[in-house]
Amino acid sequence: MIGLSNYLILAAILFTISMIGIFLNRKNIIILLMSIELMLLAVNINFIAFSYYLNDIAGQIFVFFILTVAAAESAIGLAIIVLIFRNTRSINVDDLNQLNG
Amino acid sequence: MIEFKDFIFYFLSFVLIASGLSVITSRNPVTAALSLVLAFFNAAGIWILLQAEFLAIALVLVYVGAVMVLFLFVVMMLDINFDKLREGFWDYLPMAGFIGVLMMVEMVLVFQTKKFNLSSFSDPISNISNTEMIGNTLYSNYVLPFELASVILLIAIVSAIALTLRDRKDSKKINSADQIAVKREDRVRLVQMKSEEKYIKPKVKKKT
Repeated sequence: MIGLSNYLILAAILFTISMIGIFLNRKNIIILLMSIELMLLAVNINFIAFSYYLNDIAGQIFVFFILTVAAAESAIGLAIIVLIFRNTRSINVDDLNQLNG
Repeated sequence: MIEFKDFIFYFLSFVLIASGLSVITSRNPVTAALSLVLAFFNAAGIWILLQAEFLAIALVLVYVGAVMVLFLFVVMMLDINFDKLREGFWDYLPMAGFIGVLMMVEMVLVFQTKKFNLSSFSDPISNISNTEMIGNTLYSNYVLPFELASVILLIAIVSAIALTLRDRKDSKKINSADQIAVKREDRVRLVQMKSEEKYIKPKVKKKT
């Protein structure tokens, strides 16, 4: 019988995969954004599993808000990527040194 | 004997993890985006197993239908040499793998304790659908965060449009703000000059 811990371990594995993805694809902003989406998905699986096993609907409400914020974040992030590409003709993170920080 | 529900859970999680690995290791971002679509789809299946039908459908509609299409649009629109972006791809693998495996082992150790080994409620609230339950809670206790979420979406729309807006140089449209803000000094120039004292009539040539 699968219990709460199975879902939590699945979410942990997914979170770890996306974190390794952020390490590996550190030059490609598009894959970085995709890894962040995958991380948010893992967190949402945690929320829904707790909501089911504790019989509390509030977890699903939080997932609703996380979905909203993630959609807004990815829309703005992609707009920024298009803007970066228009200005520098590349989306390599190494080329983004205009601020000279 | 393994139950059918367990089999579905293990199958969906296997495909979810495999597609997640494909997202982070694929050579082509289009492949990565399509793998992410597969991952979202399997996650929706797992959410249905957890009786969160509304959110599962919302995940498929919002993510697969809108966000991932946006990703694919951007990936295909930009003309990028992706091989250059993969330089030194495996350089950080030892450190990333070490940190990742360490983190995962810690989390698994925590989650296997007895406190997280809950069994499900037998039949929580049988005569109210999931959508109705979410609606009842969302529009009563969480109505202010709900309004804030709509404001966040509005800000996302406005900022995404404002960031990517680009004026054409040969456009002949009229900027009404500039027209309203125009002042008298921009258009009229007063010149101080002496008035003529006497008008001299030019001589008319006589006909000969």
